Amino acid sequence: MSEAAVTGRRFSWRWLMYVLLVGGIVAFLVPIYMVVVTALKQPAAINLSTAWQLPKVWNWASFQQAWVAFSPKLKNSFTLTIIAALVSAMIGSLNGYVLSKWSFRGSKLMFSLMLFGMFIPYQSVLIPLFSFVKAIGLYGTIWGLIVVHVIYGLPITTLIFRNYYVDVPDSLVEATSIDGAGFFGIYRYVIFPLSVPGFVVVIIWQFTQIWNEFLFAVTLSKTASQPITVALAQLAGGEAVKWNLPMAGALLAALPTLLVYIIFGRFFIRGLLAGSVKG
Amino acid sequence: MKKKLWVFISIACIALFSAVSVQAQQKLEIFSWWAGDEGPALQALVEQYNSMYPDVEVDNATVTGGSGVNARAVLKTRMLGGDPPDSFQVHAGQELIGTWVVANRMEDLTPLYKSEGWMTKFPKGLISLLSSKGGIWSVPVNIHRSNLMWYIPANLKDWGVTPPKTWDAFLATCKVLQDKGVDTPLVVGENWTYNHLWESVALGVLGPDNWAALWTGKLKFTDPRAVKVWDMFGKVLAFSNSDASGLSWQQATDRMVKGDAAFNIMGDWAAGYMATTLKLTPGDDFGWAPSPSTSGVFMMLSDSFGLPKGIKDRTATLNWLKLLGSKNGQDIFNPLKGSIAARLDSDLSIYNAYSQSAAKDWKSNKIAGSMHHGVVAPESFTSQFGTVMDIFLAAKDSKAAASAAQAIADQVGLGK
Amino acid sequence: MVSGRGVLFQRAQPLTGGIIVKWRKSKTRLLGFVVLLPSFLLLGIFVYYFIGRTVYWSLTDWGKDPSQALAAHPVLKFIGLANYRELFTGLIDSRFRQDMVSTIFFTLFFIAGCLLLGLLLAILLDHRPKGESVFRTIFLFPFSLSFVVTGTIWRWLLQPNGGINRLPTFVGLPAGKFAWLTSRQQVWRIDWNRLPLIFAIAIGIVLVMVAISAFRKGRARRAWISIACAAVITAWAFIFGLTWKPLPFPELHGFNLAFIGIIMAAVWQMSGYTMALYLAGLRGISVEMREAAIVDGASEWQLYRRIILPLMAPITLSAMIILGHISLKIFDLVFAMAGPDNGSTDVPALLMYITTFRGNQFAKGAAIGVILLLMVAVIILPYLTSQLRKGDRG
Repeated sequence: MSEAAVTGRRFSWRWLMYVLLVGGIVAFLVPIYMVVVTALKQPAAINLSTAWQLPKVWNWASFQQAWVAFSPKLKNSFTLTIIAALVSAMIGSLNGYVLSKWSFRGSKLMFSLMLFGMFIPYQSVLIPLFSFVKAIGLYGTIWGLIVVHVIYGLPITTLIFRNYYVDVPDSLVEATSIDGAGFFGIYRYVIFPLSVPGFVVVIIWQFTQIWNEFLFAVTLSKTASQPITVALAQLAGGEAVKWNLPMAGALLAALPTLLVYIIFGRFFIRGLLAGSVKG
Repeated sequence: MKKKLWVFISIACIALFSAVSVQAQQKLEIFSWWAGDEGPALQALVEQYNSMYPDVEVDNATVTGGSGVNARAVLKTRMLGGDPPDSFQVHAGQELIGTWVVANRMEDLTPLYKSEGWMTKFPKGLISLLSSKGGIWSVPVNIHRSNLMWYIPANLKDWGVTPPKTWDAFLATCKVLQDKGVDTPLVVGENWTYNHLWESVALGVLGPDNWAALWTGKLKFTDPRAVKVWDMFGKVLAFSNSDASGLSWQQATDRMVKGDAAFNIMGDWAAGYMATTLKLTPGDDFGWAPSPSTSGVFMMLSDSFGLPKGIKDRTATLNWLKLLGSKNGQDIFNPLKGSIAARLDSDLSIYNAYSQSAAKDWKSNKIAGSMHHGVVAPESFTSQFGTVMDIFLAAKDSKAAASAAQAIADQVGLGK
Repeated sequence: MVSGRGVLFQRAQPLTGGIIVKWRKSKTRLLGFVVLLPSFLLLGIFVYYFIGRTVYWSLTDWGKDPSQALAAHPVLKFIGLANYRELFTGLIDSRFRQDMVSTIFFTLFFIAGCLLLGLLLAILLDHRPKGESVFRTIFLFPFSLSFVVTGTIWRWLLQPNGGINRLPTFVGLPAGKFAWLTSRQQVWRIDWNRLPLIFAIAIGIVLVMVAISAFRKGRARRAWISIACAAVITAWAFIFGLTWKPLPFPELHGFNLAFIGIIMAAVWQMSGYTMALYLAGLRGISVEMREAAIVDGASEWQLYRRIILPLMAPITLSAMIILGHISLKIFDLVFAMAGPDNGSTDVPALLMYITTFRGNQFAKGAAIGVILLLMVAVIILPYLTSQLRKGDRG
């Protein structure tokens, strides 16, 4: 093929590629445009026929209202998410360490059984879970949700850490072991210092999952301990709703995970790819 | 390590004690779905309560969601979780009785009724609907009417029609209106408004006695008379709008006001909406009539509050209930809400034209209970009635819908 | 350090060493077991024991008797598989049956949409346009949102009188009239009563195909057995299946057009995920391989068709499984977009929630939960076991 023909053809394709990509961006961002525009409109100005128009008067009050309504729920979500993410990451790290460096007979089976828990529909354990949380007196509290999210987060954190630690050279572990370090010693001196990227990936992943979770939140919380997802669903589901408030609320609810995603995107993607298969 | 552990334990204990000690003050949690437009009425009652009992901290816990569907689910998890609210809004009648009373979760209020002298202040028909197995289970704070047909008199005059008195006349009137260019003379809204329409049709076709028999199990849904209800319902729906599922009941009312539709069958909260929010004058700007074929019958629903078992402070709740059942309380609440008082001795002068006419009917009409709003049917039935409605709407098959309704009635033990 | 393309179960190398080290290691492995044990036990309770309880409750009548349903200490009666029978053939549970059909359609379209869109975007991005990372960030950002947020946004967009329906007016066309989430239209309807017949015929056809391929391979015995089974099933279908009516009335189920809106929102949210997967996969195809193919005279189209796409097959499979299990249990998105009362967009997970927490039918809700679990297990278990075996072999 001649050079000119190749570049010539590639040129036209490249132009098409850019068109498609920009079209894709517009399509993906259209909902966000709508959210922001609606949130900034005055309630009286929100009209289905003028939905696409920019607001005539920029009504920042919706954000203020949403903030007032949502700030206790945001606090709940932050408390829940940060604590649960940290705890499940810690335990997952230890588990991953065991499964990658100290595998024993049956460890793979144990691991598979644990992994299955990641995939189950939570509706199939919802009722017994509810009874259990009520029985231990944590129903309606943030701690109840934290315990639940830690436990159900163990499979994915274990998985991510296990795959991460498998890449740690055994020679390193070997050397430290010969030097006299035991199980915990190796963890403290070798594994843990190397784990920082792993922790970042896991914590970011868990932060996003737990922040966005709805089913457990709506079943196990009371008004005082509601996370933000439940508050938003109830706000938007109200009758004759003035849409500026739910839109502002949606933005507030989405902001933390969105920021985490934008700032830590690389680590976010790693967490995303953790459960998938290579060729 | 040990020292750190002890420090941690002591801090935890201190935190625990301080958390517990904060709860010394009396609390009253009122659980309802009165948010948005309906909030001010409840708020006025709460303020009255605060002025009477300043030591009690009132928590006005509302859960938004049309007609209480979300609130009921939240309430369920609360009750199952062993943490009942101090008092919760519930539709008077089977919605309370068939769900919570049979499960032995509510306290009998007969002593309260006797001590407050309410046995003579509420209509007998109402008290019997509130009672079950010898006990009275809630205090009704308001009465709403379900079987009403709303219209704009000026529009009807333009089209040259009058409000029809029977369902057959309704069908004929709609035909006339269609010829005049009104494509959808009847406006309906989302899912539950279909149920609402259905109960007006059923009451009209069956009459109040057979309507009551349906819910005591004496008349089966598969009885030919009951199947006729579905036939009529299908004919009525032929004159309604096809985009109903996207409209809230307020938006449906807006359509009628604008003139895109002639009639709207809705409860009398529509009067509150039109008078307060749309600023129309009852009687002049908008008019009402009993749903076709139901004149002389008042199909009621009532919001009420009860006394759950297992709450921390009975006195605070009992005081709340006393306020709700009192003349003062009901006359504070109802003008703002747009409903009428359940009491027979309320001060009618403070109500608007619609409410006065409603109160007159309340005293004189035969009383029937609404199905969709939980008076004559328990929640286990009404929550599945949507399926029956879906079955009917899919194929307009009356027999299939009737069989489904009967199957549900059998499953929940209707009338037992 | 994480390659991001790691196999689910990378093989963990056992450590080697001298005898004393070996003894210490076996003691340490015991310690490892002890460390792993709490997580294992906790998950054993919270997953397996709870599933067991749900299965148990699905076999009782909890909820049928109103006086026991919400009592503080309900008295339950064991009724075997009656709840399941009612769900599939009981008159009042037609909503469940429609949900099953809806969920199958939704899963198909959702997976197809995500795979196609994700692949397209990945291929576009693989050509390294300027500002690639900006494009990538934008395409993937919906994945970081909660389904509730997505549902709320799209609910507003899909209002029948505004939002998407107004878009055509910007180019001079009349506004769209489709009712989106509130549409009651249904296409491709089949009668539930005919379902056993359809299943039998489908299985019969599959068996005949198996027989044909067995004949071709010369395995006569297998071929004859398949033919025999096919004949038996088809005979059963036409004799018994035609007359068996599990329901007294014909009950039509099909694809609810109201789901189109939900599919759009779900694809918007998740296609970034497939895009990321495919992009990682595409990046893994070495440059040499591509150049070799071009030198050999392959056009770009052939390059993709013959080399790149087949290499993407494992990713496609993995993505299908992950997306499939998400779509089978979809709840948050539908709850936020259409609410729990919209019959046309109902899904089993939502129905389970309503049946349990509104209808007080705990046993039936548990049965729906078990059915959901079985549907997901059918997809996930083969995937997990194949990964388990691959890990051993690899």
